[in-house]
Amino acid sequence: MTSKTFRQSLSRFWVANAVPVMFVVLIAFAIPLSGFSANYLVGEVITRLGRDSFLVLSLLIPIMAGMGLNFGMVLGAMAGQIGIILVTNWGMTGVGGLCVAMAVGTPLAILLGWAAGVVLNHAKGREMVTSLILGYFINGVYQLVVLYIMGKIIPISNSAIVLSRGYGIRNAIDLKTMRQSLDRLIPLKIDGIQIPVATFIVIALLCLFIWWFGKTKLGHDMRAVGQDMKVAEEAGIKVERTRIIAIIISTVLACYGQIIFLQNIGTLNTYNSHDQTATFAVAALLIGGASVARASIPNVFIGVILFHTMFVVSPTAGKQLMGSAMIGEYFRVFVSYGVIALSIVLYAWKRVKEREQSRSSLRGDQDQ
Amino acid sequence: MTSIRTLIDKAGWPRIIIGLLLLSLFLAAPAVGVRIDQSLTDTIVRFGMNGVLVLGMIPMVQTGCGLNFGLPLGIIAGLLGATLSIEFGLTGAAGFFGAVGLALPFAVLLGWGYGLLLNRVKGDEMMIATYVGFSSVSFMCMMWMLLPYHSPTMVWGYGGTGLRTTISLEGFWLHILDDFLAIRIGQNFKFPTGMILFFALMAFIMWAFFHTKTGTAMTAVGSNPDYARASGVNVDRMRTISVVMSTVYGAIGILVYQQSFGFVQLYNGPFFMALPAVAAILIGGASVNKANITNAVIGTVLFQGILTMTPSVINSAIQSDLSEVVRIIVSDGMIVYALTRSTRKSR
Repeated sequence: MTSKTFRQSLSRFWVANAVPVMFVVLIAFAIPLSGFSANYLVGEVITRLGRDSFLVLSLLIPIMAGMGLNFGMVLGAMAGQIGIILVTNWGMTGVGGLCVAMAVGTPLAILLGWAAGVVLNHAKGREMVTSLILGYFINGVYQLVVLYIMGKIIPISNSAIVLSRGYGIRNAIDLKTMRQSLDRLIPLKIDGIQIPVATFIVIALLCLFIWWFGKTKLGHDMRAVGQDMKVAEEAGIKVERTRIIAIIISTVLACYGQIIFLQNIGTLNTYNSHDQTATFAVAALLIGGASVARASIPNVFIGVILFHTMFVVSPTAGKQLMGSAMIGEYFRVFVSYGVIALSIVLYAWKRVKEREQSRSSLRGDQDQ
Repeated sequence: MTSIRTLIDKAGWPRIIIGLLLLSLFLAAPAVGVRIDQSLTDTIVRFGMNGVLVLGMIPMVQTGCGLNFGLPLGIIAGLLGATLSIEFGLTGAAGFFGAVGLALPFAVLLGWGYGLLLNRVKGDEMMIATYVGFSSVSFMCMMWMLLPYHSPTMVWGYGGTGLRTTISLEGFWLHILDDFLAIRIGQNFKFPTGMILFFALMAFIMWAFFHTKTGTAMTAVGSNPDYARASGVNVDRMRTISVVMSTVYGAIGILVYQQSFGFVQLYNGPFFMALPAVAAILIGGASVNKANITNAVIGTVLFQGILTMTPSVINSAIQSDLSEVVRIIVSDGMIVYALTRSTRKSR
């Protein structure tokens, strides 16, 4: 390998991995500042890998179909929460309760995902901003259902989850028996660290599914649609239908992901649990080295590890550095939004450059 | 029959539905014991509070930069102006106009940088604007804690550092525009003349600007960039000017809002302030790439009217507070609707 190609491949590595490398450096500074023990940090990161990976994985398929980061995954999260609320109302417990919650959430998530897919088909080229606002819109509908319709039209018999006025769901629901029921289904403790074995198995199965899905006919179609909708259409692929399926799968996975997330946390904040779901999932994926157009399974896990390490250490690091834990908390929110802004800017920039290049290649006297 | 159809086509279904909804709310108001004069006052005041922010949408839409979801950037410039004005102890009219003056350089500078950024990402402006807004708000959250402010009205009492989340304008420039030449009729009706005049002035400046040579060139850039370039217009420069204008209007708009509201809201306050402004201009009949002052005026009246009337009327009618939910559904529903209208021109 000559030095020139080495430098080229080095710069290519840098361009492709600038964000994760920056984060590794950032965390390398922040960990000693925070003063946490290695044991504590590893435990936290393992917990959070179990809690969040499923949600982040749900973003992969729409990216494959060229629809960008699916901020509309909150639709699925809300479907999952409605499942959890109903299951709590019916008094179901443990892993069985979680499964029923998923079963209840699935048709809702399919319906919402289908609607989102149809909307996004009308907004080609600006899927991301549309899916973001669509998430806000459906959040309004969700609040209408949970705050006014539940207890009035949908019967809720469990008075522990109903507001004192007689209808509407309380702000916080304690998921007593469902709490960490999946995480602790197969108990394993190493060096005092609880390993959520069953959750990891579920996540591994999902990875297998996504890997297998990429090899099916539908997976190939999606990639083709992601490459170029026009060419795919001419090749006989039903573009709009394929895009809707991608969003439905993502929404259903986000529904399951949110249920796994909630069983780990142990409390459902009825009106806030889903607020930051999409932001944090997207930020984690991007920190893992993904872009708007390309994301892989390793990106997910690298991202979750880096993002959540930063999340754990930044308040205490902020306290050490600036004398205030709030600074650290604001910092991690800033990083989440900042990294999303940076990634979409870089991606859009690249796209503009490519467009300019293809235009200049049409001109006669080019010297490339 | 055909004339009704053309009228509907011209006004657009969303505007008609929302207009009818507002009308029925006003008609229903006396039946449930809500005072019409009080409601009218509230609607007019809220129109004045939000009007300038909505005007700020126009320049960017007109040059094809899309809806300005990055409005929080302008709001931040306004907040810097407001806090500096309080820090310097300016009160009364000097306080308000001092705040405007102090906000302007920040707005121009931030708007200019924001404009340069948007020129490099043509086609994806709206998504990037959203996240530029979010990340600058969260960046400023840190800054509000770190910047060396001293005024005891603004700084946290116990720590001695960091600004409060809400700062009262009592004793500074509370209602400075609202009360200027205000007309009171009876107990419950007050017309905030000063604020409406200020809105009219800002609208007139916008209108006049779009009739200058630069303003016309800006409209040309929005409706057909290639044609504009061919006729010697510097497209990027026009876009930058429009972004600066939008940001300046955002900065001034938030100051008008605050003097009526009575508080400066820092930290997470500006996070979602772009959405109501975006929704208002869309309800007024604007699209992703066409907007004018009439759209802003009609849209703000309709949207703020709905927001004023739903809590009072619906709460009295069914005894539950639906206002927040109605606000979210109407504003975000309207934005989603507008984003799905086809605007193939830009390719």
